[in-house]
This record gives sequence, C-alpha cells and structure tokens, in this order.
Amino acid sequence: MESLPLHVFIISSIVKILIVAHLLIIGVMAMIWSERRVSGWMQDRLGPNRVGPQGLLQPIADGIKFLFKEDLIPNHVDKPLYVLAPAMLLVPAMIIVAVVPFGSSMTIAGYEIPLQIADLNIGILYILAITSLGVYGVVIGAWASNNKYSLLGGLRSSAQMISYELTLGLAIIGVLMLSESLKLREIAEGQGANPWEWNFLIHFPAFLAFTTAVFAETNRLPFDLAEAEQELVAGYHTEYSSMKFAIFFMAEYMSMIVGSAVVVTLFLGGWHFFGLENIGGEGSVLAGLISFAIFFVKTGIFLFVFIWVRWTLPRFRYDQLMNFGWKFLLPVALSSIVVTGTLYIITKGNRLWIGVGNVVAAFIVVAIVAGMLAMDNNSKSAAQNTPAAAPLRGLDAVE
Amino acid sequence: MNPEMILFFIFGAVSLIGAIAVISFRHPIYSALSLIVTFFAQAGLFVILGAHFVAAVQVIVYAGAIMVLFLFVIMLLNLGTLSAKGALTGKLKGVAIILGILLAAQGIYIAVNALNNTEVGSEAAQEKAAALTNNPIETYDIGELLFSKYLLPFEVTSLILLAALIGVIVLVKRENQTEN
Repeated sequence: MESLPLHVFIISSIVKILIVAHLLIIGVMAMIWSERRVSGWMQDRLGPNRVGPQGLLQPIADGIKFLFKEDLIPNHVDKPLYVLAPAMLLVPAMIIVAVVPFGSSMTIAGYEIPLQIADLNIGILYILAITSLGVYGVVIGAWASNNKYSLLGGLRSSAQMISYELTLGLAIIGVLMLSESLKLREIAEGQGANPWEWNFLIHFPAFLAFTTAVFAETNRLPFDLAEAEQELVAGYHTEYSSMKFAIFFMAEYMSMIVGSAVVVTLFLGGWHFFGLENIGGEGSVLAGLISFAIFFVKTGIFLFVFIWVRWTLPRFRYDQLMNFGWKFLLPVALSSIVVTGTLYIITKGNRLWIGVGNVVAAFIVVAIVAGMLAMDNNSKSAAQNTPAAAPLRGLDAVE
Repeated sequence: MNPEMILFFIFGAVSLIGAIAVISFRHPIYSALSLIVTFFAQAGLFVILGAHFVAAVQVIVYAGAIMVLFLFVIMLLNLGTLSAKGALTGKLKGVAIILGILLAAQGIYIAVNALNNTEVGSEAAQEKAAALTNNPIETYDIGELLFSKYLLPFEVTSLILLAALIGVIVLVKRENQTEN
C-alpha cells in the first residue's frame, strides 16, 4: 500500500479516530444494556425494559444519574492519585484500539484508505505494552482509597493480571510464527476468507489460553476476585462514587470490547467471512463497509460470549486461579510455541499438521500437569491426613 | 524546526521533569509513578530514533513489569513519607556525592565528545536522522542479529536468566520448608 499524501493522511486519521472513539463509547452503552438484558434473559427475568423501547435508553438514564450524583471524595484518601486512578484505567483501555484493523480498505476520491488508525510495525507488541499498563489504574485506585478492602482487591487484581499477562503474550507467538509479521493488518490478511483457514483452528489451544487470559485481564467473572463482593465489599472501587465509579465500569466494558476486537483480529479471521468482504470489488467503499460490518458482528458475538460465561461459571478461589494460570494455561501456551515451531520446519508450514499437533500437545501437557497435581495431592493428604486444599502461600500469607 | 525536533524536545522535557520528580517527591509511590513517566518519555525518544521494538520493550519490561513490582513492594511494606532528614546521612552522603560527581563527569564527557565529533544540525546529521525515521529498524532485523551475530551473548544472557530463575525457586522453597 503506497503511503498517502500528508493532508489526506491527517484528515482521514482524524475522521477515523473520531468514528472509532465514538463507536467505543456507544459500544459501552450497548454493552451496559445488553449485559443487563442478557443477564435477565439467562435468569428467566425481564431486565430493564422501562426506559425507551426495550429499555434501550437505560444506559443514558444511568449516565445522567451518575453525572448528577454528588462527587464525593472521602477525607482519608490520597487526593491526587484518587482522582487520577480512573483515568489511568480508562486511557489504556481506549488507546489499544488504535492499532486494531476494523475493516479492509476504502477508496475515497482516488485514495485507498485503510480502515485502521495506525498500522504500527510493532502492532502486537504495542497491544501487550498498553495492556500491561492497565494494572496501574487498579493498583493506584486501591492504594489511594486508603481502605484495607480496596488494597486487598487491588493486590489480588494486580497479581492476577501479571500472571495472566504471560499467557497472553506467549499464546500469540504461534500466530506470529505463521503470519511472519507483527503488524495486525498482515495477521488479519494472512488468514483466509473461510472459517477453516482462520487461526483459531490452527492454534486452538493457544486460542483458548488467549481468550481465558483476556477474561482475566478484564477482571470479568470467573476472574473477578478483585471485586469479590462477599469478601472485599467491592474491591478496588469501594471508595469511589458518582462519575468516577462509572469510569471504572466504562473502562471494564471498553477493555472487553477492545479485547474482543483483538481476539477477532488474531484468531477469528478479522474482517473475512466466506469472501463476502470482497463484494463490490476489493478496496471499494461497499467492500470496506461490508468488511467493517463483518468485523463488528464478530466482535459483538464474542462480547455475547463474555456475558454468557459470566452467568455460566462461578468465581474461582484464589489458589485455583493461580494454579490454573501458572500450571495449566502457561504450559499449554508454551507447548503451542514449541509444536508450531517444530512442525513449521518439519511439514514446511502445513496448517493441518500444525493444528492437529497443537491439540495433541495440549492434551499431553494437560494430562501430565493433572497427573503431577494428583500425585502431589495424594502424597500431601497421606502425610498430613487433611483434605487436599492447597494452602494459601505467597501473597495470601501477606493478606 | 521539523516535527521530530519538536517531539524530541517534548519527550526530553517530560523525561527530565519525571526524573527530577522521582528524587524530589517525599512519598515513594509518587516517586515510582514519576519514574514510569520518565520511562514513557524515553520510549517516545526511541520511537523518534526509529527503534520501535526497543520502545515497546521499554514499556513492557520497565513500565509494565518492573515498576508494578516496585509499587507492590512499596504498598505491601506501607513505606511512609520520607522525612527531610534521615534519608541521607553520614557515610551514605559522602558515597552519594562521590558517585554523583562521577556520573556528572561521565555525562559531561559524553556530551562534549558528541558535540565535538558531530556538528549538530549539519546536513549529514539531518540526513542520518531522516533515514532512521523513515526506515525504522524492523523487529525482523533485531531477531536476525540476535540469532547470528550476537548468538553467544544472547545464549549467555539466557543462561544467566535461567540461573536466576532457578535460584529464586530454590530460595523460596527453602524458606517454606523451614516455616513448616
């Protein structure tokens, strides 16, 4: 793709930034509505349906309520950091989307404009870098609140985010090996038009590990120990009220949306769907709009999975969370790197063999780990004659 | 003044202000956060130099991992505000002054040397800068260098890291056994 003239680049970038930023905020409102409605549907109740048709205006009513509530800053907090923390969570969630390609490209007035704000050389590393910053908002908010439940929530959350970040990074390596690029646009383009050519089949274990890690990074159930109501009141945002509290929630929904978009780009074929994205000729306005719509729908379906999982799985216990992350997800992600690399050389990049090899290796790894854990538990319970509940170590000893 | 120069001055100023803030704040948490700001500004400087990969690694490793652990320790130990006295006294003060002078001398030497050997703003220098900005160093190039020219240092570094990893595990295990 030849580079655009400077003025076209600037104008198109501004337009794209405006569209994407507003879509994100509208997406947050849509998520608030759909989470409450879908939750209601799953629990066989109605959910909010009074404000506007089907309750569609409920998020606006919520927003107005938050804005008009008294903005309380408790006396015992560290004021500058207390005010800064919600922004520190919201900004990383929002700027990741800059490198996500949300469609193919459009030719407007003779210029081919890619539907992506910035196609960085290091696209995927940028995502990892910004994701690793999200933890500051939580930690600083928790600490500045000067409340022990907040601090415990913040510590839990940061330990969890650091642990699952490893899986997040390692699960991508296999994908990078096959696409031979760090640019998100090339990764999305490298996946073919049909679903069986997408990365989630070739790297199925890595896909599961990555998705799980995304759930953990967004602090969603079953990984929401940071705000476990029964234990920690509301975790790191206990002391927050009014719009500051709302910003914490907006950040959570935004990182869900962005996380889904990243999963769709890396594993679910981006804007491809059976060649539908090429209707009207490659690079035309129609094709651009259709590819954008496909990407939009895929992200929406993945967001539904987020809500679905929330009402399907109960919350993990803290030691289960750590065991799962370090003893299952991390080895599976590592196995995907080894297998993909080895089979890529042996079979000269045959996608079928790599896909099969990945699944087999993941099964073997999980079996070995489960066997070792079972043996460990047996010897422990034989020695101490106590139930095999793992003692809480490390951080929990401090808690 | 081209855009790179303007960005350089912005990032340079932010980096300096952050660095001064690290040592001027009395509270360790504020100091740690200022250090993160400095790291970010330095990542920006790397991007101007065309070293995108180094910039990303700077943020991932320093801002994303090491500083989180710093914050962790500060919060868990609940370090209070440092008093005006007490931070640097006696022998420590002498050592600090000597090290500070050494570091300043080094910095001045490098700066003077660089100014003498290259003419700032000369055409050659500008061309070099433009070439770097327009052709950023690709991650591919770094990977290839690591696995060919710098293979031995790379492997030695990984061995050191592995040794550190095993050392940590051994130390933590021993502690747990004595506890039990």
